[in-house]
Amino acid sequence: MFRWLRDHGIIERNLVLMGVLTLITVSIGGLVQIVPLFAVETTIERVSGVRPYTPLEQVGRDIYVREGCYTCHSQMIRPFRDELERYGHYSLAAESMYDHPFQWGSKRTGPDLARVGGRYSDDWQAAHLRSPRALVPGSVMPPYAFLDRPLDYRDIQDRMRALRAVGVPYTDEMIANARADLEAQARPDADPTGFQSRYARARQGAFDGDPVRVTEMDALVAYLQMLGTLVDFRDVTPAQLRQP
Amino acid sequence: MPTKIEKDAVTGQETTGHEWDGVKELNNPLPKWWLWTFYATIVFGVAWMVIYPSLPGWKGSSGWVAREAVVADVAAAQAANAPMMARLREATPAQIAADPELRAFALAGGRVAFANNCAACHGAGGQGAVGGFPALVDDDWLWGGSLDAIEATIRHGIRTAEDADARNSAMPRFGLDGMLTNNQIGDVAEFVLWMTGRATHAAETERGRVIYAEQCAACHGATGEGNRELGVPRLSDQVWLYGSTKQDVMAMVRNPRMGVMPAWQGRLDPAVINMLTVYVHALGGGE
Repeated sequence: MFRWLRDHGIIERNLVLMGVLTLITVSIGGLVQIVPLFAVETTIERVSGVRPYTPLEQVGRDIYVREGCYTCHSQMIRPFRDELERYGHYSLAAESMYDHPFQWGSKRTGPDLARVGGRYSDDWQAAHLRSPRALVPGSVMPPYAFLDRPLDYRDIQDRMRALRAVGVPYTDEMIANARADLEAQARPDADPTGFQSRYARARQGAFDGDPVRVTEMDALVAYLQMLGTLVDFRDVTPAQLRQP
Repeated sequence: MPTKIEKDAVTGQETTGHEWDGVKELNNPLPKWWLWTFYATIVFGVAWMVIYPSLPGWKGSSGWVAREAVVADVAAAQAANAPMMARLREATPAQIAADPELRAFALAGGRVAFANNCAACHGAGGQGAVGGFPALVDDDWLWGGSLDAIEATIRHGIRTAEDADARNSAMPRFGLDGMLTNNQIGDVAEFVLWMTGRATHAAETERGRVIYAEQCAACHGATGEGNRELGVPRLSDQVWLYGSTKQDVMAMVRNPRMGVMPAWQGRLDPAVINMLTVYVHALGGGE
């Protein structure tokens, strides 16, 4: 069997033949990974409601990444019954289409956070971040009380421009008003009209409990409270989500 | 480079023809079990690619879709519980509590739903937590502890923007909005402490009593008994949501914190809300 393998010497003696065959072999591996990406658009479900993150949520998301929340929390509800019953509707590709990079994660030391938004009150989120074990006695999560420091958002417009460069549809108007929108969202008494017109159904609030100061806690809680709330799943069926 | 393939004298095995410094390599075949396992994985891989949606545009010969499979899975589980859930959905919490069969089912299901949805704030056993997360095991209720009151609270939530029927009330920000001076806030806090026999300063208490009657009694009651219609906490007991020291009380008068509870209708099946109602009612404080 496979006597022809003995003729491998022909390849080994011929540099050009060896080069061509090597190229073919390597390109198969490459194409298998690259070609499906040409069709990546077709994997994004057509659901309404997904919008780019507000400036405050976006900075909160950056804090989420900075603190490495993804090492213990996934944002990916898999289509299994036990996950659906605990966390809610399975995650859609469309829900993380403005994530750069996405925060699906691969390990759950803590619970999945894909639909944590609105599940608990702002007070709970802030109190839990400050001292997890005060609320969940068995928790191994580290405390993040230091997030009660002022938020540095001087570069928010640059961050949004960078995201626009990779495909997030921030308009010029959104970028021009970024700082005002960020402050408006963290201050419940601020005038909501401009902010609400740019980010539909985004919620304003004193996320850290203080209606005046804009802190890192505000940003992170605003981000957490938005997670998984953008798509209304009441009328969505798998058939609708399927791509043509 | 294979130059001289020969039979090895000792083993009778062919060599590969490679030779290094007089050391020759035997051409032993791969073990058969390994080889056939390897072929089996290739066959498995090809079969898998045919049966399942493996390539862009290929939906697989089985037509299996993970998302449809899980919907069928959930539907099957719901169908198994359907007769009981339908009865739980139609019955009022009072009827469920009165029917031993429904009650047993509701307590078991309510325990699971409580662990998943409520325990983060109210504690695994409903013991609550300091910082505005009320205990559910005692008889001190902010918005009422009857079955109907508990059901309404779970269904509509407290101070949630997205539910028009949410329980709602707000305490003025006496300090932040300049309605009372810092000294006045100290006086009225002293009077609040006096209600539970903890006052230490008689003059402050007397000044606070006047301010309390003007500013606070309308909601908290003349004797600090609270008002469940508005979710106003009783001040004349030892149960404190945000701490019991004078500093805690002053902070609450200055810039009151008001708890928010999500509205669960829309998130949870009405039958689950009914089960939770009966479960919470049975935790110890139900009225």
